[in-house]
Amino acid sequence: MRLHAPLRIASRLLRGPRSIVVVAATLAVAALACGSEDSDPDTVVVMAHDSFVISEEARSAFTEETGIEVEILASGDTGTMVSQAILTAGNPIADVMFGIDNTFLQRGLDADLFEIYRSPRLDKVRAGLALDDEYRVTPIDFGDVCINYWIDELPAAAPSSLEDLLNPAFADELVVQSPETSSPGLAFLLATIVGTPDWEAYWEGLVENGVSVTAGWQDAYYGEFVAGGGDRSLVVSYASSPPAEVIYADPPVDTAPTAILADSCFRQIEFAGVLRGTDDPDSARRFIDFLLSERFQEEIPLSMFVFPALTEANLPAEFVEHARLADEPLTMDPTLIEQNRDAWIDRWNEIVLS
Amino acid sequence: MPRAAGLARGLVLMIPAAFLALFYCYPVGSVIVRGLALPDLAPLGEVFGSPRLREVMWFTSWQAVLSTAATLAVGLPAASVVARLGLRVRRWVRALVTVPFVLPTVVVAGAFQTVFDRFGLHDGAIQLHHTVWAILLAHVFFNYAVVVRVVSTYWAGLDHRLEEQARVLGASRWTTWWEVTFPRLRPAVAAAAAVVFLFSFTSFGVVLILGGPRHSTIETEIYRMAVTRSDLSGAAGLAVVQLGAVLALILLSTWLERRRPTTTMVWRPESRPLAWHWLTANAAVMATLLGVPILALVERSVATGDGYGFDHYRALGERTRLLPASAVTAIVNSITFAVVATIIAMLVGLSASLVVTYGQRAIARVFDLGLTLPLGTSAVTIGFGILIALDTKPLDFRTSTWIVPVAHALVGVPFVIRCVVPVLRSIDPGLREAVAVLGADDRRVWREVDLPIAGRGLAVGGGFAFAVSLGEFGATSFLPRRADLLTVPTAIFRLLGQPGEALRGQAMALAVILMVLVAASVLLIESGRSTTETAF
Repeated sequence: MRLHAPLRIASRLLRGPRSIVVVAATLAVAALACGSEDSDPDTVVVMAHDSFVISEEARSAFTEETGIEVEILASGDTGTMVSQAILTAGNPIADVMFGIDNTFLQRGLDADLFEIYRSPRLDKVRAGLALDDEYRVTPIDFGDVCINYWIDELPAAAPSSLEDLLNPAFADELVVQSPETSSPGLAFLLATIVGTPDWEAYWEGLVENGVSVTAGWQDAYYGEFVAGGGDRSLVVSYASSPPAEVIYADPPVDTAPTAILADSCFRQIEFAGVLRGTDDPDSARRFIDFLLSERFQEEIPLSMFVFPALTEANLPAEFVEHARLADEPLTMDPTLIEQNRDAWIDRWNEIVLS
Repeated sequence: MPRAAGLARGLVLMIPAAFLALFYCYPVGSVIVRGLALPDLAPLGEVFGSPRLREVMWFTSWQAVLSTAATLAVGLPAASVVARLGLRVRRWVRALVTVPFVLPTVVVAGAFQTVFDRFGLHDGAIQLHHTVWAILLAHVFFNYAVVVRVVSTYWAGLDHRLEEQARVLGASRWTTWWEVTFPRLRPAVAAAAAVVFLFSFTSFGVVLILGGPRHSTIETEIYRMAVTRSDLSGAAGLAVVQLGAVLALILLSTWLERRRPTTTMVWRPESRPLAWHWLTANAAVMATLLGVPILALVERSVATGDGYGFDHYRALGERTRLLPASAVTAIVNSITFAVVATIIAMLVGLSASLVVTYGQRAIARVFDLGLTLPLGTSAVTIGFGILIALDTKPLDFRTSTWIVPVAHALVGVPFVIRCVVPVLRSIDPGLREAVAVLGADDRRVWREVDLPIAGRGLAVGGGFAFAVSLGEFGATSFLPRRADLLTVPTAIFRLLGQPGEALRGQAMALAVILMVLVAASVLLIESGRSTTETAF
């Protein structure tokens, strides 16, 4: 066989017109090498779902105050993140997990992912958010998954209950996500299980009324919903979607083009926890306290489009003006969700997809 | 220098072997062992026993076969045209067709949606939305580049005088193609077809988004089991099935490829005459298939609230509060990862190609097979495998920055091999002997004969490896990664994660930048070949 391949290639690369490639390559390797220092004991590593964002200011404020650096690991959507944590339970890739929600909480608790920690800031959290009596996870934020509608495109008067969606006036108007591949999709399925007398009959009714199902939020909201040029005026989205429609409008608008159906809202609460097996539980706890600090809590709405758990955190003007939370959102005990989820989804598949 | 020679030989063997063992075999093996709790084979029985999963396996296979056939049907004629173009034009076309290959599925789905709506294919007489036709169309759109690039590179090197002789002797155009051209092209066609099949067999986003929730493949089922249900045993059972199917396919394709081509390569860079209607017909297909959705994207990236403009591009300069870094940082990160991934893929791929071409038959086969497997293995299996397996020092790569380009290179290496090996195999032994007789030693023969010819395949393969990394193929979506090292595809995905026209416009602008980036870098990577080509 030919022997000198790598050497030859290297020497060829160093000649002539490819020198630009070589320079780029060297720079890239150098950049990567510099970027991947080992995390020292003074760094708290946080695994979070992809939507987690912390501002540069907040991050450096935490470091200044505590001497601890923060490194964020984006770990996919919530389901992927929890699966990753379960696979690495006991020998975790991070010190803290952020973003496990009430629909996945019990799975994480069953897998014994977290160490017990009761943050002193927990007393300042809104009532009803702390779901774990054993203090393995701490509530950080919450939001509602609700039916959203495009106000000007509704074919009839705005719906005011889940039952209204069965009205033939809304035939072929609703698009939802599959509970199997989408977190709002699952939340809406749970909402119908709690919020209607017979959820199976309800979904049969939705199918008759021409409900459309997509795999994820994006293909529903930007694909089939009016917002993306689609022709459906009702979509499963978030209570924070109307303010986002104002903040990121182009051209600018004064009022949101969409609104929520409050009776359809299912509450999602996101938690953080110290991962069992961390070699730095102290820093992990301090970071959880920080997540409940006013500074971080007040940036949550505009960076993650959910609501702060802290009672005294101020909401930004856009949220005060355009966001609406359900007064009595639908909820369900996490243990009940974990026990029945697979069976419910299987049944849902039978009713809706076959 | 026998010692140096021995060292080089060892390296050529060891680099690909270590790469494959560490980043593929060990992780995937760990998932299977832990998931199935071997030697218990019950989960496997469950897979084959479930009528639903049998149906999923059947659907996965036939849609992949159809996707491959459709891509070849559209791509081969185009490859024939591209092969005959002048060097400069050829290089441009080859760079441009790579563009769709890297686009995030979510973006393409949006573009298709727009096109479907505009041409009445959504609710009209012909409905493509959430049908298998949409899946097939998308697979052709994404994989077109594979056929065009791999086959046209090889085709351009064929000695076309044979065809001319056949025509002179009275053979029809069709007979000439079927009897003279196709048999000689077969290695390249088989290589391209294998890659397209594997991509279609394991495609995830296309099936989920364009196929809708009523279509599932083995790949989406593995995701469902592993992520939605945290059922590692069910996922591992399916992973074994997927592995078996992919193994069988690769064996078949390597057998086709190994049948020694009845041709020799002469590198003739000059363009050859081309029937104008054939050229126009192919240009029209290319413009419709690739051009229309891409134009839809470009249009949306410059459509602003009050007409047209570059506002969305300008907005990318500042970091939005939704992203952990600015879009500009994401572009830099993407390029950095892609450069490193390409170096790894070319190093591993070239070494492996040498082993596959000149090594002992058994070893050659194992290398070829093993390094192609990652293309046909689900991203979840590899990603979660890395988390499970590489978790103790000194091998704790789970959150290392390097794991990102390595995971990209896993997908890039098979491209390099599939582009280099057919070319190496086709080198006329006579040519090599002639150079040796003229007094050249082994190294000189390598430098003067093998390398210039292999370099052509290597550049095309390297271009693919770069594109694969820019497009974030493979396991990285299931691996935890540093948030500040955001890349362009992840930034696009996150911009599309909230409502608001401005965000959507920025996502589209970033997608357009990604397209320009891939075309420019492929052009750059392949441009180094000009010196070698004119040397012949």
